[in-house]
Amino acid sequence: MTLALTVNSTSHTIEIADENTPLLWVIRDMLELKGTKFGCGKAACGACTVHVDGEAVRSCSYAVKFAEGKQITTIEGLGDEKNPHPVQQAWIEEVVPQCGYCQPGFMMATAALLEKVSSPTDDDIDKNIINVCRCATYYRMRKAIHRAAALMSSLPLPESQNT
Amino acid sequence: MNVKIALIFSLLLFAGLIVGFTDSVATSEYTAVVYNQSDSPLPNRNFDKMMDVLTHQRCMNCHPNDNIPKQGDESHPHNFGVAGGENDHGFQAIKCTTCHQPENNAYSGVPGAPHWGLAPASMAWEGLSRAEIAESMLNMKTNGGKDHKALVKHMTEDELVLWAWQPGVDASGKLREVPPVSEAEFKTAVKQWFANGAVIPSE
Repeated sequence: MTLALTVNSTSHTIEIADENTPLLWVIRDMLELKGTKFGCGKAACGACTVHVDGEAVRSCSYAVKFAEGKQITTIEGLGDEKNPHPVQQAWIEEVVPQCGYCQPGFMMATAALLEKVSSPTDDDIDKNIINVCRCATYYRMRKAIHRAAALMSSLPLPESQNT
Repeated sequence: MNVKIALIFSLLLFAGLIVGFTDSVATSEYTAVVYNQSDSPLPNRNFDKMMDVLTHQRCMNCHPNDNIPKQGDESHPHNFGVAGGENDHGFQAIKCTTCHQPENNAYSGVPGAPHWGLAPASMAWEGLSRAEIAESMLNMKTNGGKDHKALVKHMTEDELVLWAWQPGVDASGKLREVPPVSEAEFKTAVKQWFANGAVIPSE
């Protein structure tokens, strides 16, 4: 079947045999956007998080047929090296990643949160950012989320506590 | 004297062994009384069938009394601290729809149906008896203002309710358990129970 979807502001028309194919595999294998990661394949770890019409979605558990006509944003569309999204900038400044594998999903989840809650509390973060990082970079991520919130607003930047 | 005592003890021991070997396992003719729903009056039979479904995990898991959805046949709290939040559909950026789509996902094992979410707190059934669940269900102050006609429609036509009979596979690829009453039987029981006055049997 033929599906039309927009990924990172670029329109794509794809031919796919199984309309229930996870969006993740279309993004990675057909559109060659490798930033979105496969983690658990069960919508649990969040490594595959993308935005569909601005909402965080686990793309490993999202049939591509539901993406037709929707605006998809992946980590590549959030920002790039020359023009990083404030979340990506904060991630760099707080030196968040260790192995890095799960970080795109975390950044996408964080970007979705900051669109809804411009200055999240720790409780907001605990409730909304439930991805899994096996390197346990949660402490640095929390600081980066607060930093990203500050970068996106006029709030003073929190002092980095990295050692 | 000691020889007599020893002889008596020996006889008692021998008798005990004989009794022990011949009657070592106590038997009982007790048999449990099997509750047969078909013996109950018709209105109660409809009520029982309806409640067999409503108290099944496929329904109860999303009618919690603590805003926390439950998962699985053993009804464990939803992984990763997921909760219904203020609107019963999650938090600002992690909603039910972050993972649950309008239909089951056979690849991930994530269940899905239209308007997936928790029942409102006023319809919390967890911990209630069957009669209490029925009272809550019939109370228009707690059931979202539904009269009997609307309740029948909701219970026999709502896609999320009927998902209970099409629950798909879990993350291990194993089919989820369905309620012990068939979808057709449930619908008939619901319609008949309401048609007969929605009488709640005394407990």
